[in-house]
Amino acid sequence: MGGREHIIEVKDLVKKFGSFTANDRLTFHVERGEIFGFLGANGAGKTTAMRILCGLSYPTSGEIQVAGHDVYREREKIKKKIGYMSQKFSLYEDLTVSENIRLYAGIYGLGRKQIASREEQLLERLGLTHIRNRLIGKIPLGWKQKLAFSVAIFHQPAVVFLDEPTGGVDPITRRQFWEMIHDATEEGITVFVTTHYMDEAEYCDRVSIMVDGRIDALDTPAALKQQFDSKNMNEVFLKLARS
Amino acid sequence: MSLIIDHIEKSYDAVKALSDVNFEVNDGELFGLIGPDGAGKTTLFRIMASLVIPDAGSCLIQGHNVVKDYREVRKIIGYMPGRFSLYMDLSVEENLAFYARVFGTTVDENYELIRDVYEQIAPFKKRLAGKLSGGMKQKLALSCALIHRPEVLILDEPTTGVDAVSRMEFWDMLRKIQKEGITIVVSTPYMDEAELCDRVGLIQKGSLLEITDPSKPYDKDETLFSLKSNRGVYTYLDRVRRLEECRHAWLFGDQLHVTLRSERDTIQIKSILDSWDDSTLEWTKITPSVEDRFMGLIEREAEKSPNNGETI
Repeated sequence: MGGREHIIEVKDLVKKFGSFTANDRLTFHVERGEIFGFLGANGAGKTTAMRILCGLSYPTSGEIQVAGHDVYREREKIKKKIGYMSQKFSLYEDLTVSENIRLYAGIYGLGRKQIASREEQLLERLGLTHIRNRLIGKIPLGWKQKLAFSVAIFHQPAVVFLDEPTGGVDPITRRQFWEMIHDATEEGITVFVTTHYMDEAEYCDRVSIMVDGRIDALDTPAALKQQFDSKNMNEVFLKLARS
Repeated sequence: MSLIIDHIEKSYDAVKALSDVNFEVNDGELFGLIGPDGAGKTTLFRIMASLVIPDAGSCLIQGHNVVKDYREVRKIIGYMPGRFSLYMDLSVEENLAFYARVFGTTVDENYELIRDVYEQIAPFKKRLAGKLSGGMKQKLALSCALIHRPEVLILDEPTTGVDAVSRMEFWDMLRKIQKEGITIVVSTPYMDEAELCDRVGLIQKGSLLEITDPSKPYDKDETLFSLKSNRGVYTYLDRVRRLEECRHAWLFGDQLHVTLRSERDTIQIKSILDSWDDSTLEWTKITPSVEDRFMGLIEREAEKSPNNGETI
């Protein structure tokens, strides 16, 4: 994986809220096409860092580039090159499947013709053509999640940010979702993902673990398990976050 | 028997939330209810807590009917809803004192029971509940649900969205509460927590599919294999699925979990794997976890009614 383009480059990222340091000199990079797991306990500073990378909040200091753009000066350019999905906020419940797709595609600046052809492809691929005019609120959660992810990458962003994307679904749907994530990376999309399911950390190419605002470990799951003498990522996480 | 759920049915308009749910929970047992969002867990818990009336069937807690004897039921249960019912504009200690008074007791009377949990948040006892972190709210809500020393504790997804460390601490607390003789019924979306229960009910689309004891072998288990490789297993997923002998294959942490069409295929598979030219491939027969059992059940349900499944 060495020598690949760095799609996210973070150097000495600091974010303070008053006297509280939420992100304490974070330095890491994410390579094009990898699945990067961004783990940490509640309150460790993950959401703060993710908001900065998405261009939603300014860092206090540090040099940060996302998809080749600076987070201080080029936030609007960043927003066009990324996708975002979370469990809490994804699709509009009172719009139909088709309306949601077209709304997001429009927001991301796709043209009318482009939207029409890609919408057909997407509906077909997900097997949702027959319910395209159904309200999102009326379709099962597993379908919603798959659609939300597809919508987040509809404009073929450089990076997609997934904030705890798999909560609340059955174990098979959760695995199908991860297969979709893998497929997206094969199209060259980089995936930046947070999760509380430690088995999902195993599906990432590399994983960082934040503790109290710092990144205390960053490597492939196999190397982390070796480094912390653990049989799975759950043990690695517990050893780091508890100490 | 602390809890008897007998032929419970509940619909909301045209949506069937629970259909013919039956199970019992023994005195002092830690019973888990596992299932995805929308499976009916919260409806069932609200029925147990006497907050929702079932359309049919009955629910008894310590012999009291939750509909007819709801006053009695409410005295002997502790109920912690998924969205913690704390008063955000009261302080930590005010919340606790309030719940104690509602149940006609005092904080001192049962303090021993909540000591372990409450001492972790006691340094912040003057803080408004609304200003606490998620983990601290969870501990305060548990303290409030326990302050009248209930006989049955009903916890609706207490650990959803909570990190792995806090989740483990929470389960340590539950084990201690169980040792005090309190029966616990808890729901969770996390399969690793299912392994910590004495018995687990697996629920999907309003139906209880199965009750299983995580520590015991299970007669419906299919023979399960794990495949590991130093090259990573994702690259093998499609390849394994394309094999004629393969019934199902899924990612499972750093392994693939594979079931075969027939027991006889085992030898066949081994020679196929040998031909894949990866000396780090490890093929092992393993004991299914609760998650594997649940996945097997979902697959069998989907095979019974192929167009009815939630999976695409």
